[in-house]
Amino acid sequence: MNQSVLKKLDWLLLPLIGVGVVLLLWQISCATWAKELPSPAKTWATSKDYVLKPFEKRGEMDQGILRFTWYSLTLVAKGYALALIIGTPIGFFLGLSKTFTKTFDPIIQVLRPVSPLAWLPLGLVLFLSAGKNASELGALFTIAICAMWPTVLNTAVGVRAIPQDYLNVAKVLKLSRTKTLFKVMIPATLPYMFTGFRLSLGIAWLVIVAAEMLTGRPGVGGFLWQEYNALIYEHIILCIITIGVVGFVLDRLMSVVERRFKTA
Amino acid sequence: MSDYCELSNLTKIYPTPKGPAVIVKDFNLRIKKGEFVTLIGHSGCGKSTVLSMLAGLNEITGGGIILAGKELSGAGPDRGVVFQSPSLLPWLTAFENVMLGVDQVFFTASKEERHQIVEYYLTVVGLGDAMHKRPAELSQGMRQRVGIARAFALRPKMLLLDEPFGMLDSLTRFELQQVLIELWRKNKITALMVTHDVDEALFLSDRIVCMTDGPEAEVGDILEVNFPRPRERKAVMEHPDYYKLREHLIEFLEVHAHKHKRVPTTPPENWPPDGTMFLKRPKPMLEAVLNLF
Repeated sequence: MNQSVLKKLDWLLLPLIGVGVVLLLWQISCATWAKELPSPAKTWATSKDYVLKPFEKRGEMDQGILRFTWYSLTLVAKGYALALIIGTPIGFFLGLSKTFTKTFDPIIQVLRPVSPLAWLPLGLVLFLSAGKNASELGALFTIAICAMWPTVLNTAVGVRAIPQDYLNVAKVLKLSRTKTLFKVMIPATLPYMFTGFRLSLGIAWLVIVAAEMLTGRPGVGGFLWQEYNALIYEHIILCIITIGVVGFVLDRLMSVVERRFKTA
Repeated sequence: MSDYCELSNLTKIYPTPKGPAVIVKDFNLRIKKGEFVTLIGHSGCGKSTVLSMLAGLNEITGGGIILAGKELSGAGPDRGVVFQSPSLLPWLTAFENVMLGVDQVFFTASKEERHQIVEYYLTVVGLGDAMHKRPAELSQGMRQRVGIARAFALRPKMLLLDEPFGMLDSLTRFELQQVLIELWRKNKITALMVTHDVDEALFLSDRIVCMTDGPEAEVGDILEVNFPRPRERKAVMEHPDYYKLREHLIEFLEVHAHKHKRVPTTPPENWPPDGTMFLKRPKPMLEAVLNLF
């Protein structure tokens, strides 16, 4: 009886134990070899203002943590939207045309592994003439170009994986090109596309931190960098935890959407 | 009656690295209006290739096809195709799957009329209660019923069936053959079916065309099947000619279809094994390594 109750609480107890172990290691580390690392208790004491009043605005770089998160999320949303709008059609072309693939695949393979830290300066240079908006446009460019590859590649794979049977149906019924695209090809590719969308969102969220650090925009990443320079190390940890939690939540949300299309 | 569909010198050649592979060579067949013709032959003999050329899904290398006085080029909804796998779009309901084609062919009809057409054909194939279900919720047999409804709903000039019941268990197959033959009789559609099931061919067809084995498949033999229509399975099987025809077909498939000599049937040299070949097995790796020391 007692044991079965414990079994049922597994989902809660075991993760809590995991958190406890990490906190313990953290505590030991800051007591022994990493003297500059703030302890868990000190981190909480310094950060609680930001967590308990998450939407407060005290200054440009001194705001509640959810307010910072919100800034970051809006920027990510824009860059991510851009990535999908550009990436999906490219993926479709790659999937449909062998010539297109042969022409552009090498470039894609070369650009894909480039780090966001390398793209950002180029983005800033590109939009130098935009003046005040240069940093935002540069950040958007970086997010879009880094985040679009999973969408591009998954869409291409999805298009190539459309069963010949479905295409035969379209042929026999003599559906027009647009009708074939919207009634057959896009629905058949959707599950793959959404896998790409989910992976892209993960990357977009990764990139935002780098982009904000380098441009100094207000947001979780910008706050993190500023607090590092201000020697308030507790806030670095606060930011890391926030970034992780938000990324996790985004991924869960996307996989719920993704699963809905999988069964369709 | 005049010829409605004429396949003349139909040829299919695939280019391969080793030179052209002739799959079908000079295939000739005339089908009368309203006739039900079956192509029968071993798997891989090229019968499906003939059908898919007729459907416009496979390019014609040589010869040509005339349907209702016009030479065919490309696919089109004037030929209703029932594929071996039902090939329904899984994100659409049974109703929507049939509607996709009906919208395409009867675009001048009102929305209500099109609805009625779809509903009528789905009801006739026995899916009156399940027409708003998705393929995933339907059994394999029910899916193929949708496939049949989709083909008939287009009111095509010709019906093409590519081993339509090959993936079904025998009971379901019998049911669907009945559904098919009744719809065919009511609609008076010219039909060409591909199968390797001798009983299915005998039950459904007016004529059975036996194909020789590929490569270079061609017409081997044509059999008239004159059982009275409408046909009942029991009556057909008890017909005095039934077993004669069946035997004829099977004999053809077993003997005459192989116009090319098969691989010689002499066994390999050291067969049967005398046991020594199993002793020559190399030593296990571990043992071999240990022996080094």
